[in-house]
Amino acid sequence: MDYSDLIEKLLEGNTRAAARLITLAENNIDVAEKIINSIYKNTGNAYILGITGAPGTGKSTFISTLIKIFIGQGKKIGIICVDPTSPLTGGALLGDRIRMKEYFSLENVFIRSMANRGQLGGLARATDDAIKILDAYGCDIIIVETVGVGQSDVDIFKSAHTVVVLLVPGLGDDIQAIKAGIMEITDIFVVNKMDLDSADRKVAEIMQMLELNETFKYDSEEIPLDFAKIKDWTPEIIKVNSRTGENFDLLLEKISKHKEFLEKTGIISNYLKNRIKTETLQILKHKLTKKIEELLNSNEVIEKYINEVMEKSLDPYSMANLIIKMLENKF
Amino acid sequence: MSKERKIKVLVCKPGLDGHDRGAKVLARTLRDAGMEVIYTGIHQTPEDIVNTVIQEDPDAVMLSILSGSHNALCPVIMDKLKEHNIDDVLVAVGGIIPDEDKPLLEKHGLKGFYGPGTELKTIVEFVKNNLKR
Amino acid sequence: MTESKEKEVEKESRIKRRKKFTNLSDIEIKEIYTENDIENFNYAQDLGSPGHYPFTRGAYPTMYRGQLWTMRQFSGFGSAEQTNNRYKFLLNHGQTGLSVAFSLHTIYGIEADNERALGEIGKEGVSIDTLKDMEILFDGIDLSKISTSMTINAPASILLAMYIVVGEKQGHTPDQLRGTIQNDILKEYIAQKSWIFPPEPSMRLIVDTIEYCTKYVPQWYTISISGYHIREAGSTAVQELAFTLADGFGYVEAAMERDLNVDDFAPRLSFFFNSHNNFFEEICKYRAARRIWAKRLKNKYGAKKPESMRLRFHTQTAGVSLTAQEPENNIVRVTLQALAAVLGGTQSLHTNSFDEALCLPTENAVKIALRTQQVIAHESGVTDTVDPLAGSYYVEWLTNKMEEEAEKYFERIEELGGVIPAIKANFFQKEIANASYKYQKEIENQERTIVAVNQFQLREPCTTPLLKIDEEVAKQQIERLNKIKAERNNDKVKETLEKLKGAAKGTENLIPYIMDAVREYASVGEIIDALKEVFGTYHEDSVF
Repeated sequence: MDYSDLIEKLLEGNTRAAARLITLAENNIDVAEKIINSIYKNTGNAYILGITGAPGTGKSTFISTLIKIFIGQGKKIGIICVDPTSPLTGGALLGDRIRMKEYFSLENVFIRSMANRGQLGGLARATDDAIKILDAYGCDIIIVETVGVGQSDVDIFKSAHTVVVLLVPGLGDDIQAIKAGIMEITDIFVVNKMDLDSADRKVAEIMQMLELNETFKYDSEEIPLDFAKIKDWTPEIIKVNSRTGENFDLLLEKISKHKEFLEKTGIISNYLKNRIKTETLQILKHKLTKKIEELLNSNEVIEKYINEVMEKSLDPYSMANLIIKMLENKF
Repeated sequence: MSKERKIKVLVCKPGLDGHDRGAKVLARTLRDAGMEVIYTGIHQTPEDIVNTVIQEDPDAVMLSILSGSHNALCPVIMDKLKEHNIDDVLVAVGGIIPDEDKPLLEKHGLKGFYGPGTELKTIVEFVKNNLKR
Repeated sequence: MTESKEKEVEKESRIKRRKKFTNLSDIEIKEIYTENDIENFNYAQDLGSPGHYPFTRGAYPTMYRGQLWTMRQFSGFGSAEQTNNRYKFLLNHGQTGLSVAFSLHTIYGIEADNERALGEIGKEGVSIDTLKDMEILFDGIDLSKISTSMTINAPASILLAMYIVVGEKQGHTPDQLRGTIQNDILKEYIAQKSWIFPPEPSMRLIVDTIEYCTKYVPQWYTISISGYHIREAGSTAVQELAFTLADGFGYVEAAMERDLNVDDFAPRLSFFFNSHNNFFEEICKYRAARRIWAKRLKNKYGAKKPESMRLRFHTQTAGVSLTAQEPENNIVRVTLQALAAVLGGTQSLHTNSFDEALCLPTENAVKIALRTQQVIAHESGVTDTVDPLAGSYYVEWLTNKMEEEAEKYFERIEELGGVIPAIKANFFQKEIANASYKYQKEIENQERTIVAVNQFQLREPCTTPLLKIDEEVAKQQIERLNKIKAERNNDKVKETLEKLKGAAKGTENLIPYIMDAVREYASVGEIIDALKEVFGTYHEDSVF
C-alpha cells in the first residue's frame, strides 16, 4: 500500500491524515516502519513533555491547564494519552480524553488516546511513532500522558525531553513508588492540589528522598548510559493548583530552565544519541521476536528439538543456543 | 487483518440528556469484547463529536440519545462527517428511536438502531460485522 | 418408608430453580424466615405506631384510611399551550396534583434559540423561557386550589420565582401556594447530570430557597430529595436508599450552617423514590428510609418536632424497567411497582405509561397508568389497614438489613469527608456504574429474567401508536422568546440582572433578586448566565 498521499497531507498539516497515520502505525509495525521512513527527516521540531503520576494525582486536569496556557502562547499542541489494555480481554477504556472536553474543538489542539496493548513501561508500542507523526504534523509541543500506574512508567524518559512527575498531598504510597522506579527519570516533581493542607509536607518528603539519593547521583562511578541525561541536573520541585492555574508560570519557567540546561550542556545531543540507541533496540527486539516466533512455529528442526527436550535428552537452554546458531547462519 | 489491529469505538452522548447508564454499560461491554473504547461523556455538540472522530480515527461511533432529539441531532452529525469526507466509519444510534424515524436516519447514513432491552451481545456482533474498513 | 428414602424424597423436593436467590441489591434471600431472623425485635423501638417515631410503619396514623396518596402524573411536553391542555385533561379525570416536566433546555438554563438546544425543545418536557410561558402553562388553573410539583434542579429558584409571580397575578399571596420543587442538586452530580454551577454555589442557592420559603411560602416543599434518578442511573435499591438519605443529611447540615433552625425547615423537606421490580425489597426500602431519617434527625440534628423526623415521599415506578419488547407487559410491571409503593406507604405516586420505552406517553397510555393507581386505591383493599406487612419475619428482617447496609455506606461517605467531597472523588458515580454493569451482565447471562426480553421472547413488530413532538414547537418557542425580548423593558431587565450579580458576589439571599428579574421577563437562560459569571460552571470527571 502506498501512503505517500497521506504523508503529503500530513506534512501540509492535515489533521485527518495525522490521525489515520497514527492508526496505521498502531495496527501494523511494518506499516509504521514505512511511515517513519518517509517522515523522519521532518521530525525533531517539537518539544516533548512527559507527564506521569499515580491515579488520582490529577494528571488530566494538570494537562488541561497546560493546554490552556500553550494555546494562549499560540502554540500547536499534540496530546497523547496512554491507557492500559486489559490483559484478560484485550480491550481498553480510554478515559482521559473526557477530562479535556473543553479542548475537543480547538483548532490547535490534537488529542489522541492510545491503549498500551500489553506493552510494559507506561507507553504503547506505537507511542514513539505517534510522537513523530505529530511532530511532522507541526506540533510545537507534544504532551505524553503515561498509563500512570506508578513505578513502572519509565519508558517516557526515553521519549520525552522533560519528564514531569505528579504527586498530591495525602497519598502515602506515591513516594515509595517513585523510589522504586521513576525517581531517576524525573526532571520536575510537581505537587498538585497545593491548596490542600499537607502540600508542604509532600514537598519536604520529596526533598528528603532526593537528598538520600545524592549518593547515587554523584558517587557512583558508573552511571548507566541511559541516565547520563539527568547527571548534574537537580530535579526541581514545585507546588501547583491545576484548578486555578496557580504557580503554572513558575512551572513553565522550570521547564524552560530544563530545556536550556539540556541544550547548554550538550546533554541533549547525548540524550538524542541514547534515544536513537534505545529506540533502535526496541525496534530490533520487535523484529527479532517476530522472526524467532515465525521460526519456532514453522521449522521441522525446532519440532525435533522440542521432542528432544520433552524426552529430556536436551534442555531448554541448550535448545535456545542451538536456535541462536541457526539464526546466525541465516543472517 | 493484522494481529495487532483492534476495533476502536467511540461512544458518545450528543445533546443535553444526561442519562448515561446505557452508554457507560455499552462502553464496558465493548471493552470486554476486546475493543478499544473512548467514551466522550455527556453534552457533546455535533462539532465536538466530529472533531473527536477526526482525531481519534475510530472504526465505529455509537451515539446514545434518549431525549427524543435524534431526528434533529443525527442528521447534523452525519452531514458534518460528510463535510470532512469521513465515509468509512460505522455510525449507530441507541436510545428511544421509534421505527418510523428509522428511514430518515438510514437515509443520512446511520446503520443500526438499538432500543431499550437490546441484548448487549447483539450490539457487539453488529459492530464486529459491519465495520467499513 | 426407610429413613434414607425419606431423605431422598426431601432432597428431591428441595431442588431449586436457582443456586442462589438474591434481590436487586445482591442481598441473599434465604429459603424461609422465622423469629430467629429478627431476634432482638422490639415493636416500640423498631416500628412504633404509624405516624409516630421512628415512623417505620408510616408517616401518618391512619394512612390511606384517612387520605389516599396524591395521584400525580408527571407530564409536560411541547409548548406551554399543549401542556396546559394535558393538565386540564388530567384534572378532569380525577388527578389531584400537577407535576411539571421541563424541556431540557430549560433544565440547563439555555434559551430556546441556543444551538445547544437543537432538537431538545419540548421533547422531554414543557419548554419555558420566560414568565410569559409560565403564565400560559397555568392559564385557567387556580394555583390556590392545586398543588404543583416542578421537576427542576439547577434553575429551581428561578422557576419557583416564576410560579410565585404567576400566583400573584392570579391574586394569590405566596403563603397560599402549595407544591414542591425538586431542587436537589446533589443527585444531579451523582446521577442525572443536569448541573450548571459547582457544588458550593449550588448549595447556597438551595439554602436560599429554604430560607425564603420558610419565611414566605410556608406550604411549599423546598427540596424533593431524590433517589429516583440515582436508581435510574443503575444503582441498587440499597444504594438508592443510602445515597438519597446521605444527600438529605447534606442539605440539613448546609441549612444548619446558616443558623436555620432544623425544626423550621426539616418538615418541608420531602423525598422522591423509585419503585423497581423486586416487590419486597422496595417495600422494605421505604420502611427503612423512614426509620433511618427519623433516628438521624432526632439523634444527630436535634430535631424536636415529630414533623421534622417524619419522612414523606413521592414515588415513581421505574422507567428503566420498562421494555420496548411487548410494551403491554409494562402495564403489569407498573402495577406491581405501584403496589409496592403503596404498601411501603408513599404520599404520592406517578405510574409510568407502558409506552415510555418507545416514545413520550400517549394519552391512552397515560390514562391506563392513572387507572392502575385508582384500581389499587379503590378495588384491591390494600388501603384498608395501615402497613399490612408489618410483623412478617421476612419483611422485618429485610427492613433491618436495608438499614444496616445503608449505614455501611454512610460510614464510607463520612470517611471521604461528606457528600460533596465524595462526589468530587467520584465515589457515588463509580459505585453506580459498577452496579449497573453487573445488573446488565446478569440479564445477559440469564441469571435474571426479564420477561419477553431475555426469556419467552416473541419477536413482534411494535404496533403501539406513538406521540411525537412537532418540530414546529421549537420554531414557535423561539418566535415567542424573540417577541418577548422585543416587547419587554430591556433596560429594566439589564438592571435587575446586574443587581442579581452584585448580590451573588455577596452573601444575601438571592430569591428576591431573582423574582425582580423574572417580573421583568428575563429568561431562565439570561438569569443563569448572569449567575454563571459569578459562580462559574461545574466540570465533571466522568468515571466508570
